[in-house]
Amino acid sequence: MLKIENLNVRYGVIEAIKDVSFEIKQGEIVALIGANGAGKTTILHAISGLLKPAGGKILLEDKDITKTGADKIVMMGLAQVPERRRVFAEQTVEENLELGAFTRKDKEGIAKDLEMIYTRFPRLKERRKQLAGTLSGGEQQMLAMGRALMAKPKILLLDEPSMGLAPLLVKEIFSIIEDINNQGTTVLLVEQNAKMALGIADRAYVLETGEIVLTGTGEELASSDAIKKAYLGG
Amino acid sequence: MNISQFFLQLINGLNIGSIYALVALGYTMVYGIAKLINFAHGEIIMVGSYTVFVCTTLMGMPIWLSIPVSIIVCAGLGICIEKVAYKPLRNASRIYLLITAIGISFFLQSLFQLIFTSNPKSFPTIIQLPPLTLGSFSISANYYLTFVVSVILMIVLDRFVKLTKTGRAMRAVSEDQGAAQLMGININKTISITFAIGSALAAVAGILYSSSYPLINPFMGSTLGIKAFIAAVVGGIGIIPGAVLGGFILGIIESLTKAYISSQMTDAIVFLVLIVVLVFKPAGLLGKNRKEKV
Repeated sequence: MLKIENLNVRYGVIEAIKDVSFEIKQGEIVALIGANGAGKTTILHAISGLLKPAGGKILLEDKDITKTGADKIVMMGLAQVPERRRVFAEQTVEENLELGAFTRKDKEGIAKDLEMIYTRFPRLKERRKQLAGTLSGGEQQMLAMGRALMAKPKILLLDEPSMGLAPLLVKEIFSIIEDINNQGTTVLLVEQNAKMALGIADRAYVLETGEIVLTGTGEELASSDAIKKAYLGG
Repeated sequence: MNISQFFLQLINGLNIGSIYALVALGYTMVYGIAKLINFAHGEIIMVGSYTVFVCTTLMGMPIWLSIPVSIIVCAGLGICIEKVAYKPLRNASRIYLLITAIGISFFLQSLFQLIFTSNPKSFPTIIQLPPLTLGSFSISANYYLTFVVSVILMIVLDRFVKLTKTGRAMRAVSEDQGAAQLMGININKTISITFAIGSALAAVAGILYSSSYPLINPFMGSTLGIKAFIAAVVGGIGIIPGAVLGGFILGIIESLTKAYISSQMTDAIVFLVLIVVLVFKPAGLLGKNRKEKV
């Protein structure tokens, strides 16, 4: 579904991502875990076309999207829930969701999906006329997820969906991610919260200072000693 | 103080204020989307007026046709300036953009000075409607038409930005360019449209202004541009209703100053208003500090 080959990203002279390769197959949940500054967000930005890689290839369903514009990538079926949600604070919840469907032209489909999002996130329906900036952190996360789903993506990228949320909310968000996956959307999940991410991931990659150092199934990594020490608190 | 004189000055203020507002809208929209003070915006006004002059006086085109031609020329010029001068610098430091904008402004002034010399040209009479009589007042057609046209354009713009898909894309880009791209919004296209709309409004402003003050010269855009820029900052740069409010406030202050204090003091007082606003409300009258929830 999504294949990253020898990706290199530079910020000026700094090599942020060095020869990173990984793959997400259709229907999987793949987690990319690593500490702050490991380069997780940089990789997601490169995939979504917000950053130009210095080298390497990104293939979406076997099509090379390395040089494709960010807007075209969304049209090809890849959506991202960015770090810190980045909802449009000055627009209403409903306007945010409609912006998620920006690339779509099927009015009926959009209306149907809007109802589907409201069923999945009833709190968003209650607050549909409210400005997104007035929502709580958890509600904003749900809005950001709903907004990305409005694009009807084949593959969904989530950047730190647990950031700044209470443990109970984190559980809720993660069960929603599993649910989205069960309904047929492939998921690439980037997380610092390794425990939660490995709990739902089919496979995972561990990123350290711009390089992939470990890979395996979610269970394998969760029980690996190195991971336990570094990310799971012993 | 004579009430009727005061009333007339108020109408004067609304007239020039609505022109400031139209121009300020261009500054504020471009700033909101591209985070750039487009100092060449004033020159678009001048180009708009000269286009009408060339079309009618030199080429003998009917006036009704010269107006849309002027609007299209200015919209196209706005898009070209962005593509040629600003787009290559999009990731550069802001100061380079600012210097480039001033450069474009000088370039256009000099170009028009070369072509048309700096001698003022007389602008054709466009508005041939009878004056409006309200009791003992008679308001010239230029005045009420300027006001009416401006207000209509502002309402149309407001509806456009709130209700159309393109308008919503513009609001999204102005709030968070990266997030807007993740929605599939094409940033380049959105920026071009913004420049086109802003420049088209400047063309209309130029035509209305030149109808009231029918002598045009290659430098007419700079003072008007600076005043409109102040209006945009006073109202809160990047905020559309702010530009309208700032424009009217500035126009009224100007005309009342001319009438009751001293016409030489006008500019000094306008700048004083700017300073006072910036001291007490640095983000402008309608500006607010954005808060982010984490």
